[in-house]
Amino acid sequence: MSTVTSPGAPAPTAAHHRRMTPAKWLKQNLFSNWYNSLLTIVFGAFILWVGVSLVRYLLHIDTEIIRVNLKLYMAGRFPNEQLGRLWLAIYIAVAGAALLARATALNAQRKATEAGIGFSSRSNWVDVMRRFWPIGALVVFTLSFTETITPTVLTLGAAAIGLGAYRIGAALPTSIVRRSWLIPVVGAVAFYLALAGFGGVGWDLWQGFFLNIVLTVAGISLAFPLGLMLALGRRSSLPAVRLLSVTYIEFLRGVPMITLLLMGAFALGFLIPGDVQFSLFLRILIAITLFQSAYIAEVVRGGLQSVPKGQIEAGQSIGLSPWKTMRLIVLPQALRNVIPAMVGQFISLFKDTTLVYIVLLLDLLRAAFVSTYQPEFLAQGLDAVVLPFAALYFWVGSYVMSRESRRLEKKLGVGVR
Amino acid sequence: MTATQTPKGTRPPFWRNVHFIRGVLQILAVAIVVGGILFLGNNLRSELIAKNLPTGFDFLNQPTGVTIADSGFSPASPVWKALLAGIKNTFLLVIVGIPLLTVLGTLIGVARLSTNWLVVKIATVYVETIRNIPPLLIILFVFNAVILQLPPPRDPATPLDWFVISNLKIIGPGFTALSGAGIFAGVFVFAMVAAVIAGIWRTRYSERTGHPDHRALWGLGVFTGIMVLGYFILGRPIRMSLPVLDGRIITGGYGGLGAYFAMLLALVIYTASHVAEIVRGSILAVPKGQTEAANAIALSGFQRLRYVTLPQAFRIALPPIINQFLNFAKNTSLAIAIGYAEVTLITFQLIGNGYPAPQLILLLMLAYLLFSLTISILVNILNRRLQLVGN
Repeated sequence: MSTVTSPGAPAPTAAHHRRMTPAKWLKQNLFSNWYNSLLTIVFGAFILWVGVSLVRYLLHIDTEIIRVNLKLYMAGRFPNEQLGRLWLAIYIAVAGAALLARATALNAQRKATEAGIGFSSRSNWVDVMRRFWPIGALVVFTLSFTETITPTVLTLGAAAIGLGAYRIGAALPTSIVRRSWLIPVVGAVAFYLALAGFGGVGWDLWQGFFLNIVLTVAGISLAFPLGLMLALGRRSSLPAVRLLSVTYIEFLRGVPMITLLLMGAFALGFLIPGDVQFSLFLRILIAITLFQSAYIAEVVRGGLQSVPKGQIEAGQSIGLSPWKTMRLIVLPQALRNVIPAMVGQFISLFKDTTLVYIVLLLDLLRAAFVSTYQPEFLAQGLDAVVLPFAALYFWVGSYVMSRESRRLEKKLGVGVR
Repeated sequence: MTATQTPKGTRPPFWRNVHFIRGVLQILAVAIVVGGILFLGNNLRSELIAKNLPTGFDFLNQPTGVTIADSGFSPASPVWKALLAGIKNTFLLVIVGIPLLTVLGTLIGVARLSTNWLVVKIATVYVETIRNIPPLLIILFVFNAVILQLPPPRDPATPLDWFVISNLKIIGPGFTALSGAGIFAGVFVFAMVAAVIAGIWRTRYSERTGHPDHRALWGLGVFTGIMVLGYFILGRPIRMSLPVLDGRIITGGYGGLGAYFAMLLALVIYTASHVAEIVRGSILAVPKGQTEAANAIALSGFQRLRYVTLPQAFRIALPPIINQFLNFAKNTSLAIAIGYAEVTLITFQLIGNGYPAPQLILLLMLAYLLFSLTISILVNILNRRLQLVGN
């Protein structure tokens, strides 16, 4: 307990650090007194032990199972002869994301110019690299297990398309920049058509890590409008609407996500009339959407509460209707403030998409698990290889996003004002 | 909300009356929801009848056909008993897990603020790694790569002769109750009451005389004294029992299934990483002026933590930590993936045995909901008492 730094203790300054010799540094940070020395020795031995075991583990690892099953992990049982569609969909997603990023930047620039505020639009590639390098490293790591050159070439193509779209985005007409929500909507339709349209692959075969990503993005996108309505309902002045919203939100927040997935898998079929049949993917997506909307409602409610009351009164005093006050004054500020918390919700859903394991959808976790039951890999203790491999994908995604969330929080100054 | 006067002194039409609009909107909202529920309920009813499943809850009295590992549960028992057995197993995880994760999380959170560089780095790597991995993946890893790699049940490991460890079960020293154990439980309650009374007396004494109270010391002393005295007077009614291995049968000791320990270990590791962040944030959130004030009145480092920083950090940390406890309780449902028989797995098996899924899942949700709401209400009461007045 007594090793806690007190916030009031004099912190070593940067200049102090520069003049410090290694011996001094050791003395100050590792051996400042007897219990710190003891801790250093104990934990040093521990680190040594962990390091040695890790190296021995990595030396004896056999990555054959990953090389054989890489496609199963990434795309599940997506038909091999249709894989071109999957790449096309990835290209559409990459191009859409790049265009949206450019449009958002242009939009901010336009608004700043209209308001007469200076705005620097220079894109700092070093900064982007520093923020997103783990994802790049993960892609390279994944490609290192491929057996042909094709995936590498196609991935380079995706990178080229992304950069190209970002360049072309500068020439987007103002009419589209003003309506930048068009880009994701059109992109989503094109994405679906590329995969499933014209005799393609329906969503029942969207599997592997691809499924985790689709479920996360679709789940949050679909749950957001519902969550926004619930949040407004919870703050409504109409008691009946408030009661209904609170009941829905608190009910879903009180139960584990698995119960919702079980409902989606086993009970949702009972609720829709007999002749209509929803596929398992769709039922699970509905369950995830219902569940997430309750959490998003709470996130948005936090944003609504963060808007000072004076803003609403200002709206009323210039004669705006309640609806217009909400839409033009409260919501823009509230939604801006909840961006970091929404990223947090996105991360949590990204991790929770692994729960579809339990209802037998073939996501990355399930794919990793079933691969250890293939006859040639059976009972060799390969769980210790494939599970950390799967964990890496979730770790990189969550880690990068959580860093982004912290950066946004600082940038937006949430909670500072 | 008085109606504005129109030039001729007539009132505006009734449909522009605010009360009317509010009433209509609310009736509309309720009508849509009730209509939706009736529609879905009707579908549910006809689908259940079409599939020849019961529409009510009478099936709760029928035999389960479910076996629960490591318990004397018979498949002929009614369904509701199986669900209760599942709830009991869920509680076994929650009750043991919460103290463990609190201790581990607090230690790691404090370690992240240590003055020792190595300790800070280790704690940071732990938190940043574990927090960003799905809990289900951790559970599967611990179960498949750790617990199942233990020796098989026919040849278990027996370290120190105190434990019997196999990949099926882990048994350690336990207690056996002899005659007089019931009276000893009474002695335990009496000792607790006596300790509290001693504490109150010491507080009064300290307030009267100004001497230090040493409440904790006195309370502990009284409790230990009475317990030790009672233990020997009653002729040692509770004895330690070590697990004894005889072929493949283990007698004595106390322990549980490997799946139970896998759940416990994995979820404690996962949730502790979140608790650690809360603890760290709460300690940092105590205003700097408080520390400076403590230094100004010459409190020692320990006193500063004990009397100034930690009590305030605790007040900040309590709501989010309770939230993590609830997350832990809800995450116990992941045990379905490794076959530990808690309430979700039992429900899953009952659905597999042909019992109607909609009713069972509704019951399952209500069980979790009841638990969550109870905790939430308790926390709200506690929180109201802890918050600063006028804040």
